Amino acid sequence: MEEKFEYIENAEQPIAMHPKKFALWLFIVTVVMIFASLTSAYIVRQSEGNWLEFDLPSIFWYTSGIIVLSSITLHWGYLSAKKDDLQSLRTGMIVTSALGFAFLVGQWYSWVALVDRDVFFVGNPAGSFLYVFTGLHALHLVSGVIFLIIVLISSFRYQVHSKNLDTMEMCLTYWHFLGGLWLYLFMFLLLNH
Amino acid sequence: MATAHTATHSASTHDHHDEHEHHDNFITKYIFSTDHKMIGKQFLVTGIFWAIIGGLLSIIFRLQLGFPDMELYWLKPLLGGWIDDAGKLDPNFYLALVTMHGTIMVFFVLTAGLSGTFSNFLIPLQIGARDMASGFMNMLSYWFFFLSGVIMFTSLFIETGPASGGWVVYPPLSALEQAMPGSGLGMTLWLIAMTFFIASSLLGGINYITTVINLRTKGMSFSRLPLTIWAFFLTAVIGLLSFPVLFSAALLLVFDRSFGTSFYLSDIYIGGEALPNTGGSPVLYQHLFWFLGHPEVYIVLLPALGITSEIISVNSRKPIFGYKAMIISMLGITILSFIVWAHHMFVSGMNPFLGSIFMFLTLIIAIPSAVKVFNYLTTLWRGNLIFTPGMLFSIGLVSFFISGGLTGIFLGNSAIDIQLHDTYFVVAHFHLVMGSASFFGLMAGVYHWFPKMFGRMMDARLGYIHFWLTFIGVYMVFFPMHYIGIAGFPRRYYSWTNFEFSNMYTDLNMFVSVAAIITFGAQLIFLFNFFYSMYRGRVASLNPWRSNTLEWTTPLHPKHGNWPGEIPTVYRWPYDYSKPGAAEDFIPQTVPLSATPESNLPHEQELVKLEKAIIADEEEVLVANESKES
Repeated sequence: MEEKFEYIENAEQPIAMHPKKFALWLFIVTVVMIFASLTSAYIVRQSEGNWLEFDLPSIFWYTSGIIVLSSITLHWGYLSAKKDDLQSLRTGMIVTSALGFAFLVGQWYSWVALVDRDVFFVGNPAGSFLYVFTGLHALHLVSGVIFLIIVLISSFRYQVHSKNLDTMEMCLTYWHFLGGLWLYLFMFLLLNH
Repeated sequence: MATAHTATHSASTHDHHDEHEHHDNFITKYIFSTDHKMIGKQFLVTGIFWAIIGGLLSIIFRLQLGFPDMELYWLKPLLGGWIDDAGKLDPNFYLALVTMHGTIMVFFVLTAGLSGTFSNFLIPLQIGARDMASGFMNMLSYWFFFLSGVIMFTSLFIETGPASGGWVVYPPLSALEQAMPGSGLGMTLWLIAMTFFIASSLLGGINYITTVINLRTKGMSFSRLPLTIWAFFLTAVIGLLSFPVLFSAALLLVFDRSFGTSFYLSDIYIGGEALPNTGGSPVLYQHLFWFLGHPEVYIVLLPALGITSEIISVNSRKPIFGYKAMIISMLGITILSFIVWAHHMFVSGMNPFLGSIFMFLTLIIAIPSAVKVFNYLTTLWRGNLIFTPGMLFSIGLVSFFISGGLTGIFLGNSAIDIQLHDTYFVVAHFHLVMGSASFFGLMAGVYHWFPKMFGRMMDARLGYIHFWLTFIGVYMVFFPMHYIGIAGFPRRYYSWTNFEFSNMYTDLNMFVSVAAIITFGAQLIFLFNFFYSMYRGRVASLNPWRSNTLEWTTPLHPKHGNWPGEIPTVYRWPYDYSKPGAAEDFIPQTVPLSATPESNLPHEQELVKLEKAIIADEEEVLVANESKES
């Protein structure tokens, strides 16, 4: 009987996927398009010559490490939520949020490092592009951190558990995406600067 | 049997939508509405407002072009300082008029006014959903559009005038304040307005795609979707992929304008002084812009094609010819739209080899377009045609699509484009194939779905007058432009009186201007008909066009939630018109195959068994649930 009941509910709303999760994926597509267009603009512009060569700030290696670590801790938090281990979930969320902040601070210091080697936002497009990439990514990451904090608060209100994972899963998708996006940008810069 | 079923279904409904409709006050119902139908109407009315503004702007610059010696003192109350002491239109303001006409028509009327209206209004109604996936996001989409409109409207009245660099706003013209008055505050406002517009389009697009994929009613498979929905769906996909790129282009332009970066600027001298910017590339902007700009053409056109498919099929009382071919050609257009952008840049110094690749890809678009035209004509062929105003406008669209599409073959050739680029030939081409065709799609949609929107019929006789005046008028305006263009008239010029060759075309330009004024005047008939019929029109019957799609199964004035009881189930595709053996010449999608044994085809007779099994299964579940609840 239980299974039958399940069936009619599905029939009421023949949803292939949670609509909000689906909408999140579509939002991710738009962000991908923004960065795809910017990085291809970078290649087009670079091929025209008059391109400033400079070393990437080494701090990018550390921030990349931080963002990978934050994805791992968030995933650990998610797995804990699945097992209704709320204590680990909260720890995971707090550590991830802190790592998110750390990443943003690290990106700020990468700008300081760029200024130190006389690469400014205003000047040769080679430098300007770097500021746009990191800045725009950081802006998206701020939204990710806000999302993390929202989930963190609801985890303290007992609203994230194995029966209520939708928000958590969306947060997880978005955060993994932002981490992956940064790794893409970093690798792109390593290969094309 | 099946009818008994639907009865049990609606009896057991536990739907609360009707109840909270009573709590709606004026603000939540008409202003901050989350009901997709109201949001669609909001888009429509705002779109009509912008169409009037955009049309008026074009009339003003047509006066200048057709009658260069005319004294325009009488426009002084409206335009003030833009009419100089000699009674002439200010050349800078002329450029602003052209720019704003393009921006308003492309984005505010034919993107938001067309997609915004019909995607919002029709998607939930035709797929059988209560509302969009997120009503709140939908509301946000409209209000971002509204805000964008307010900013753009404000820019019309500032002292330095609105943006004037053409609707494509190419840098360096648009990037440097010193370049022209319109590149100052007007351009800043243009960019802010467009940012909100992009946000609005993306919010809308995300919603349309999510709704079409996730919220279809029982039985509404992708192969049973009306072509309107396919068109809106693919339009939203194109928008989702291309608007972010416009955002990137605009973002870098903002940095160049306001922060002093050099993405698009290099080695520029103004008044003998060198600007500090080096290393930028203006062609980079063109690439980014046209990566949106070309798909935008199809964002404008596809919804109109979808609307036309539906209306032509209904009013020919025939199934649409080549349903699958229609979908495949729309998919083909969607994909091709992203790989042809550089045909707008043949004369930008592009490598001729690259040019020939883009030319090849561009000409391929002729194939899906021709398939669509062929299918429209074969649907009309030997149909029981009913010439409603909506049908006439749809046929008008097909006409413009052919005549405007043919000139596209010329322009797509990189060698011929060198001669025709930026002449009136281009203006004639895109005004026919994209502007007028989409506008006719919009009009067809309004005439056809007006009964569903407002529960009343529009006056058909006024509709006919409106159609014929507009249809003939559009050809009178744009057909001569081909000749003017081949003769070498460049577009966006304030006046050609200094060129000897232009003298012999003075009367032709005059003719175009007069035709444009008459065509614009004909739209007043529509406006009267629209607003009068909204309150005083004949009350519509439930299914005035005897159509198959789901929106006509709703009550005359559907409440928020669309269907008072259970959402109807779909048992067949939407084009069962004049099916051999059937009693009526249409079988709505909600009629099960088991109820129409007389008209079923052999393979459909096979499906009847499956259908019966599913219905029996559901009945069992329903009974089980009811016993559980009680």
